[in-house]
Amino acid sequence: MTTNATAPKTLGKVRPHQTQNEALVFEKSSPGKRAYKMPPLDVPAVDAAALLGDAHRKTPGLLPELSEIEIIRHFTRLSTWNYAIDLGMYPLGSCTMKYNPRVNEAVARIEGLAEAHPYRPDSLAQGILDVIDLLQRCLIEITGMDAITLQPAAGAHGEFTGILLVRAWHESQGNARRKILIPDSAHGTNPATAAICGYTVENLKSNSEGGIDLEALTRQVDEETAALMLTNPSTIGVFESQIHKIADILHAKGALLYMDGANMNALVGKARPGDFGVDVMHLNLHKTFSTPHGGGGPGSGPVACKAFLEPFLPTPVLCKTGNREQGTGNRDQGTGNRQGLGTEGPGTAGQLHWIYDRPQSVGRVRAFYGNTGMFIRALAYILANGPDGLRQTTEDAVLNANYIRAKLEDLYELPYKTASMHEVVFSDKRQAAKGVKTGDIAKRLIDYGFHPYTVSFPMIVHGALMIEPTESESLEELDLFIEAMRAIAREVDETPDLVKTAPHSTRVSRLDEVQAARKPILRWRPTE
Amino acid sequence: MAYPTNYRYTREHEWIVLDGSIGSIGITDYAQNSLGDIVYVDVPKVGDTVTAGATFGSVESVKAVSDLYSPVTGTVTATNDELKSSPDKINEAPHETWIIKVELADPGQFNALLDAAAYEAFIAEEQ
Repeated sequence: MTTNATAPKTLGKVRPHQTQNEALVFEKSSPGKRAYKMPPLDVPAVDAAALLGDAHRKTPGLLPELSEIEIIRHFTRLSTWNYAIDLGMYPLGSCTMKYNPRVNEAVARIEGLAEAHPYRPDSLAQGILDVIDLLQRCLIEITGMDAITLQPAAGAHGEFTGILLVRAWHESQGNARRKILIPDSAHGTNPATAAICGYTVENLKSNSEGGIDLEALTRQVDEETAALMLTNPSTIGVFESQIHKIADILHAKGALLYMDGANMNALVGKARPGDFGVDVMHLNLHKTFSTPHGGGGPGSGPVACKAFLEPFLPTPVLCKTGNREQGTGNRDQGTGNRQGLGTEGPGTAGQLHWIYDRPQSVGRVRAFYGNTGMFIRALAYILANGPDGLRQTTEDAVLNANYIRAKLEDLYELPYKTASMHEVVFSDKRQAAKGVKTGDIAKRLIDYGFHPYTVSFPMIVHGALMIEPTESESLEELDLFIEAMRAIAREVDETPDLVKTAPHSTRVSRLDEVQAARKPILRWRPTE
Repeated sequence: MAYPTNYRYTREHEWIVLDGSIGSIGITDYAQNSLGDIVYVDVPKVGDTVTAGATFGSVESVKAVSDLYSPVTGTVTATNDELKSSPDKINEAPHETWIIKVELADPGQFNALLDAAAYEAFIAEEQ
């Protein structure tokens, strides 16, 4: 319960809704309760056991039995315990938790788009294919790449697809190569991707500014290096100003440059990876392009590449009949066999078709065409903003991060002084001297009505506080956040135990994360 | 915490101590302190070979998963089964809790590693 001693000064923020404790839905079960009532049987009864034989279940499944209102209340209560971008700022660094505009939802619910079926023939699906085609062309223009696949279901899946392209290309050159270089500031998904694609991971140490050390890179790149996986801006929110030289060093040895597009929100409309030497990259529509992120997803992780990687893209690719160059950017190189044309007959020039005959393709990476509902939302976002709006978005995201940096750097240690892009990374060095760590400050931030920032990442900053406000936040909301962070810094000096035992205003107090990891209870079991 | 002078250390924060040609390998107090509460340790199998400077396993804390780098080249002769149920032993007594034991291919590799004074100077720089 909240007490006066532990409650933060009210800043006019929403506070978590508090209700009585909520049992698990299984614990609420009571035998015989139903949320439905069947009409009397008006057809002959069948003997299920006789029909099903061995497949007939002898004991019924253990399912909760509740009335309709109990179910509704249970899930409605749980929903009020969530924190969401619709409740307040969500400064989770590297995750780009931006507002999901309602117009996206309105467009995604247009009947013809919402009810499009993946088995519909191409000729009857031209509307949704147009949406996909236009999104592909927009993303190709934004990234400065030549071709794209929208299949991957999220970021790490995009990485996997991108590195499959890298591998397929190297194999086509006669040697798949052995290793992939990854900076020590990278997301953990990068080395996981490299390993799952059969590569050895070699760690690349960051220089004193948190960027790539060109000398170390030159030493480490050799004829067995397949690629460097680079996040730009890096996870400390710094633009890799020597990116051209990095690309040249790699290309001189036949290695490729993969860009993790996690931080693309700092670049859209301002700089294009295709122009600064990137060969292949993924985007996160659920970060940069305002589609829902997290539990609300699903995500979407398109992979864009240069023309020489295009033949390896997952099947199918979208092409425009008789007008390939102006189509989606994807060219069915050299196959000379564009499927489906024969069945459409004359008069279909300009129609969009999925092309399956792609002998060099890495194959499908996802059922059907990807998370199509997200394509509609991302396209709505791009078109609603337009080129100038997208540029403004990027500028505002960078401005917001730098505003926070300027307002907090007197109280929180700034380990890298290089200019910040869309996010700022502090360390808990000054607070740790009082025994208060980044995780404690994050928990206290919950009491002030904010979602915590990203804790203890990137690994190159000890005790990191990684803050990404995105462009969505107003000056007023940023000021509330800054005021909360400054108040916590004061509390660390005056009443450190208050911060170390936070949160105090939530339904449950601090959870035992260590015990949860060491002895996880993964499912409910009935008590004897 | 004092760093035992009969041990040798790596810049990746592993330690090794020799008993004949068998080396016991663990992680340093500095490493366990940076990682925080350790919840899982992934180790190779007995009979596997490990290579100096290459990863031989990983250690998972609430914060992160970190690779373990072998200080020497050799063959794994034992793994510390106690860590399966009590990975926290590493937090409690990092320098007494070995993770694997290795038969060294070249015992000379031991002396090429950092001694306690050199390692302490190295971590002073890291902080």
